[in-house]
Amino acid sequence: MKAITLLTSTCVPLPLENVDTDQIIPARFLKTTEKAGCGNNLFRDWRYDKNNQPIPDFVLNNPNYKGEILVTGRNFGSGSSREHAAWAIAEYGFRVIVSSFFADIFKNNAMNNGLLPIVVSEPFLSDIFAAIASDNNATLSIDLVNQTIINNASGATETFSINAYKKECFLNGLDDIDYLLARKKEIEQFEKKHNRY
Amino acid sequence: MNTIFDKIWDAHTVAIVPDGPTQLYIDRMYCHEVTSPQAFDGLRARRLSVFRPEKIICMPDHNIPTLNQDKPIRDEIARRQVETLYKNAEDFGLTCYPIGHKKNGIIHVVGPENGLSLPGMTIVCGDSHTSTHGAVGAIAFGIGTSEVEMVLATQCIFQAKPKTMRITIDGTLNEGVTAKDMALYLISKLTTGGATGYFVEYAGEAVRNLSMEGRLTLCNLSIEMGARGGIIAPDETTFNYLKDKEFAPKGAQWDAAVNYWKTLKSDDDAVFDKELHFDAADIESMITYGTNPGMAMPVNSTIPDVGEIGQKALAYMDFKIGEKLLGKKIDYVFLGSCTNGRIEDFRLFANYVKGKKKAENVIAWLVPGSWAVEKQLREEGLDKILIKAGFELRQPGCSACLAMNEDKVPAGKYVVSTSNRNFEGRQGPGARTILAGALVAAAAAVNGFITDPRTNRQKS
Ligand code: SF4
Repeated sequence: MKAITLLTSTCVPLPLENVDTDQIIPARFLKTTEKAGCGNNLFRDWRYDKNNQPIPDFVLNNPNYKGEILVTGRNFGSGSSREHAAWAIAEYGFRVIVSSFFADIFKNNAMNNGLLPIVVSEPFLSDIFAAIASDNNATLSIDLVNQTIINNASGATETFSINAYKKECFLNGLDDIDYLLARKKEIEQFEKKHNRY
Repeated sequence: MNTIFDKIWDAHTVAIVPDGPTQLYIDRMYCHEVTSPQAFDGLRARRLSVFRPEKIICMPDHNIPTLNQDKPIRDEIARRQVETLYKNAEDFGLTCYPIGHKKNGIIHVVGPENGLSLPGMTIVCGDSHTSTHGAVGAIAFGIGTSEVEMVLATQCIFQAKPKTMRITIDGTLNEGVTAKDMALYLISKLTTGGATGYFVEYAGEAVRNLSMEGRLTLCNLSIEMGARGGIIAPDETTFNYLKDKEFAPKGAQWDAAVNYWKTLKSDDDAVFDKELHFDAADIESMITYGTNPGMAMPVNSTIPDVGEIGQKALAYMDFKIGEKLLGKKIDYVFLGSCTNGRIEDFRLFANYVKGKKKAENVIAWLVPGSWAVEKQLREEGLDKILIKAGFELRQPGCSACLAMNEDKVPAGKYVVSTSNRNFEGRQGPGARTILAGALVAAAAAVNGFITDPRTNRQKS
């Protein structure tokens, strides 16, 4: 996984609320046995029509919007636990996703795949959408060490929370399995007293 | 002063990472074909074996056809996914119940009915409806594929400890009101994000009085209000249900287990982060009218003002604010899924349609949640009742719940479904899902339109 410390990028705005995992990647694409390829099916049914032609209105098909940050409305990622949703967003090229609220499992999945979910306040979020609406080249800056997010167009800054352990993981580009594997001895010791099942 | 959740959680805490999550030991993991292949590949890439193979159970359920299961799956990609699971189970030495096996079915139906899910356990699966198993008094929750890989490699995962919420439902349910109605009622009150960050304990007289099947339905839907999971303290209902199940402890071990399980309840002075109280008498037969399970109302009610945000959902459903759904023509009925694919659901459904006839305009898919359910319903003669009423039984699997197999509802068609999600396109591109319990589904199936099963309106 790729480490994140400082990141400044333009954004892709998706000002919709309650975007669920079926919208992020429809169930019919879950038949894959690989991670690779999910990015092509990100927001598939919003991006392409029935004849697989790009729908020009949809933001991912609009060349004016690009960047490593996806900004979305509240309650993003509800629905199923499918990690494909996080893979799709990460493989498409996003590294940070900003919203005022994320569904639990999605948030975990995102962090396990090097995709940093940042929760901002509702006014801060509207402020970002406004900045992008008036200039599609508006940027956000993320400073993970100091846990701040800056809307460079307005200068507004907010701090965000992230658990200290996950923060270390993102800063160093390490994942959980590396950490757990190093603790096998403790696990075996635990099993000696925990032998009920 | 601990909650049942705290007790089980603490008993499985291996360590707490400084400033970080809890390292939690997992007693049981279920793997299905959709969310596991990348985890097994991850193990191969790291050159690891499965750490505790005896604690892992594999079975395909999402993709499997509900007709002709003895023949190879026609959809090549689905077949490859199922075969990949078989190969992974074999390569890593894991128990697997393949398609057609008498213990195959939807994981969340098979686990409890075989005593693989037991009180006091921690149970995970790469599937959000793993919350179902909480009904036996376990901590059970869905995880992502990276976490599946963690458990395969170390039998542990990292979890931030969720907050606890207790939902107490006092009183008794009205006649004809089911656990599904109870769940839809709760979600409509809490909204789909209302329990986010919480692990929910269900308590109170109405919950105690639920059968095990009803409890499984209730816990299954916890995830639809955003909760990490739901749990019900084990009691005599639980013990009676589990006794003599194949993988439940036997003899002296059973007695010892029950003694332990009896300690698994929230202490009288336990403190929850949030407590909610409801009265069972307020709960009616429910249906959904929108595109998330929180958009639910009593079946005989009118669609409330959903505001601007809800308009998109109503447009998708082609419904209007203020509209009554009673009498609304429907096209499909789906009885099944890990929510309502158990024997009791089939009993309710069969009992209602007994002596009546399926409406001609309705296509009905009746899909048992497992082969064990299928066998039992035949033993009880329910199949004959259903066939006589014009219904046909399918073979077990997830089926139309997420339409990964061939059971897809066509665009624009209405389906009364006993499953758990009415998201856009969930049951087929453009399909319009109305969630309900088995009774409301049965009433819709024989009348061809949305009916209140309590008024028992029959087809003329
Ligand atoms: S029945 Fe539906 S909700 Fe349950 S596991 Fe299968 S697909 Fe998921």
